Amino acid sequence: MKPFAITLDVGSSLANHTGSWRTVKPVYVDRLPPCNHACPAGENIQAWLYRAEAGDYEAAWRELVKNNPMPAVMGRVCYHPCERACNRKGIDEAVGINSVERFLGDEALRRGWAFDKPATASGKKVLVVGSGPSGLSAAYHLASQGHKVTIFEAGLAAGGMMRFGIPKYRLPREVLDAEIQRILSLGIELRLNAKVTDIRETMTSGGFDAAFLAVGAHRARHAEIPAGDAAHVLDAVSVLRSMEGVEKPMLGRRVVVYGGGNTAIDVARTAKRLGASDAIIVYRRTREKMPAHDFEVEEALQEGVMIKWLSTITEADQSSITVEKMVLDDKGFPQPTGKFETIEADSLVLALGQEVDLSLLDNVPGLELENGTVRVDANMMTGYPGIFAGGDMVPSDRTVTIAVGHGKKAARNIDAWLHGVEFETKKAPLAEFERLNPWYYGDAPKTVRPMLDIIRRQSSFDEVQGGLDEGNALYEARRCLSCGNCFECDNCYGVCPDNAITKLGEGARFAIKYDYCKGCGICATECPCGAIDMVAEEI
Amino acid sequence: MNQIKFYQKGTFTVGNRLVAEEERTTQASPARSNSLTCGHRACQGCGEALGARYAVDAAMRAADGQLIAVNATGCLEVFTTPYPETSWQIPWMHSLFGNAPAVATGVAAAMRVKGRTEVRTIAQGGDGGTTDIGFGCLSGMFERNDDVLYICYDNQAYMNTGVQRSSATPPAARTATTPPVGDKPGNVFGTGKNVPLIAMAHNIPYVATASVADLRDLEAKVTKAMAIHGARYIQIFVPCPLGWGSVAHDTVRLARLGVESGLYPLFEAENGAVTSSTKIRRRVPVEDYLLLQRRFAHLFKKGKPVDDRVARLQAMADENIRRFNLLAPEE
Repeated sequence: MKPFAITLDVGSSLANHTGSWRTVKPVYVDRLPPCNHACPAGENIQAWLYRAEAGDYEAAWRELVKNNPMPAVMGRVCYHPCERACNRKGIDEAVGINSVERFLGDEALRRGWAFDKPATASGKKVLVVGSGPSGLSAAYHLASQGHKVTIFEAGLAAGGMMRFGIPKYRLPREVLDAEIQRILSLGIELRLNAKVTDIRETMTSGGFDAAFLAVGAHRARHAEIPAGDAAHVLDAVSVLRSMEGVEKPMLGRRVVVYGGGNTAIDVARTAKRLGASDAIIVYRRTREKMPAHDFEVEEALQEGVMIKWLSTITEADQSSITVEKMVLDDKGFPQPTGKFETIEADSLVLALGQEVDLSLLDNVPGLELENGTVRVDANMMTGYPGIFAGGDMVPSDRTVTIAVGHGKKAARNIDAWLHGVEFETKKAPLAEFERLNPWYYGDAPKTVRPMLDIIRRQSSFDEVQGGLDEGNALYEARRCLSCGNCFECDNCYGVCPDNAITKLGEGARFAIKYDYCKGCGICATECPCGAIDMVAEEI
Repeated sequence: MNQIKFYQKGTFTVGNRLVAEEERTTQASPARSNSLTCGHRACQGCGEALGARYAVDAAMRAADGQLIAVNATGCLEVFTTPYPETSWQIPWMHSLFGNAPAVATGVAAAMRVKGRTEVRTIAQGGDGGTTDIGFGCLSGMFERNDDVLYICYDNQAYMNTGVQRSSATPPAARTATTPPVGDKPGNVFGTGKNVPLIAMAHNIPYVATASVADLRDLEAKVTKAMAIHGARYIQIFVPCPLGWGSVAHDTVRLARLGVESGLYPLFEAENGAVTSSTKIRRRVPVEDYLLLQRRFAHLFKKGKPVDDRVARLQAMADENIRRFNLLAPEE
């Protein structure tokens, strides 16, 4: 029956396509989060935090190890440039990414999660020289791609500087061993005490199709310091290496360390733990100029390590060293003052940097060297086709995480090279803080990791920094802002005055009904994470 | 209200994949009723269209879908129902500009007579239809304590007819009838009325103010109102890009700044007494709110106040903060 006094049937406003009013339209975008951008290992941090914040730790760990096979090591030794880049600093404090990474790494070891075995074998053989972070990372990725990988390691055990450089109080060896073993379980052959002296010869005799070199920088750099015959002068590399042996280094009660890098700090803190009453770092510039990381300097000072700034060592004797005071000139370089001072010392440890032993490359044509390192192209390949290199032996900053990144990058390029193609990556533009709408994020200060008490820090090699438990790891993961990528908060779906957004369901995000969207832009303004752009319509 | 601790991303957003279904807002649900659907003819970025869907969807959920809405004349009525189209997906009726509360009283009475006690009635209108033209009917509905929830979408002027001043227009605002000319430009200080406080003076069971910038708060208030029988009044702060001279994408932002500055206090009152207020989370000076709107442009020259009127508006905000206790106690 027709309603009374109505000549037209009632209709729905759905017939009225208000989308024609629009001059700009909202478009969902995915941007590169600053943490991912800053990660030297190229981890997709945001993606694994997204899994972790839902409490699905195994999925989080699997997402993480797509790019880095050693999260438990990373969660201890990485200097986390991701946290320095984190946008959350603009709200309260950076997300404790490193501590969540450690939690996931430890959880994986506790629960025995293993890597997926490669589905098919490629039939190619790849040689990896060196089993430090870079070599292990490359081996892992190459093995995952189905290649047959053999690692040649010159030393007695795998791990490189992670074992022979980083002290136990920062990286317990059972953690290192477990993560190395998990990588080797992919079917990688590890040959210990197998120093490669001629890379081309080794490749030919072994029938390798490509090689990745990551021999590290193990040779201590020396300074010309006049030293008496009885002076006890050591180098940092051998001191830290001998900590892995049965005989601990004899440093005496008063130890002077010369240098300003993280290695100098490691030696001084080690000396303290071995019972030295005085562990003094002598550095020629100021704290601001010190290459060592600030938190490590701070922890060393807490443990009683002393640091003499603006000082150079001019002479070493049996029981003392002579130090000259320096001043910084206009350009910030230290200049001698002619004022001297004597410090009592039973031993002097030089921590003046490390050099690479490149002798295995003597027989390789076409290489370019740079300050004692091997130059590689953007694909990590040296000047000799099929030989790739990474880690401390190429021009770069020297950290475990950078080395892991080199290994991954080299592996992907080796894989492409073996298949005769180019490896390509595309990076989305950065998700800047200005794109966020911080109103929607509640205040939540960073979780502080527990620290070992100071007495045990001075007397034992127990791990200094503790980990998070599940409760606070979950909390920390949930502090992630998801910069630049939709996390399905439903804001766009809610705030549209025109009901022009369809919710597609979990994991599927949203769709815009362009028939009705008037282009007001409220969705883009109110998107917490900046995942909507307003784009001009073509009219 | 409804703070979900621990979910940093979801405490203030519309939804959150990590919380249980029942803890999410009505608007986060794919099954929300969309009482006011697409194709309506409101301007880009209309705060009233948004506020109406928020409020009516929440009322629909509370009434289990058994809801009749009466509408006063105004933008909401005009842009949703150009004959023969309607954007309403619920039983909806319109009579005159000033009689929506009386019509709603009749609807509620009819449902009672028919024994349809499960059917609930709401009435809605803009600030002009509520605080001026329909005010007599509204007061009558209040004093009789009729079983109607009246929702006023307050955009602070008669927008539909060309932005004329209403009794809800704030001091200093430019409208078509309060132009920025003469020695007292814009709307005059010391005029207008506060209908939530007048509603409270009727001793009705529930009065609340809400804003389109705080969805959880708004939905909680509508849900609470729907659980009560008798006369109830909710006034929702809905920015109007056209009348305020603001950018369409700033609608929710302006609603937020109005609340966070203290100019628009959010509170609840039961039986004539204020029972709670929504705390300001990040307090801002009134300039942050005023500078985004051309209706207040005459207060500023090169971003600086031209006279003491900005300070007077700030004093009003400060007084609201004191009177409604809008700041959380220092921890």
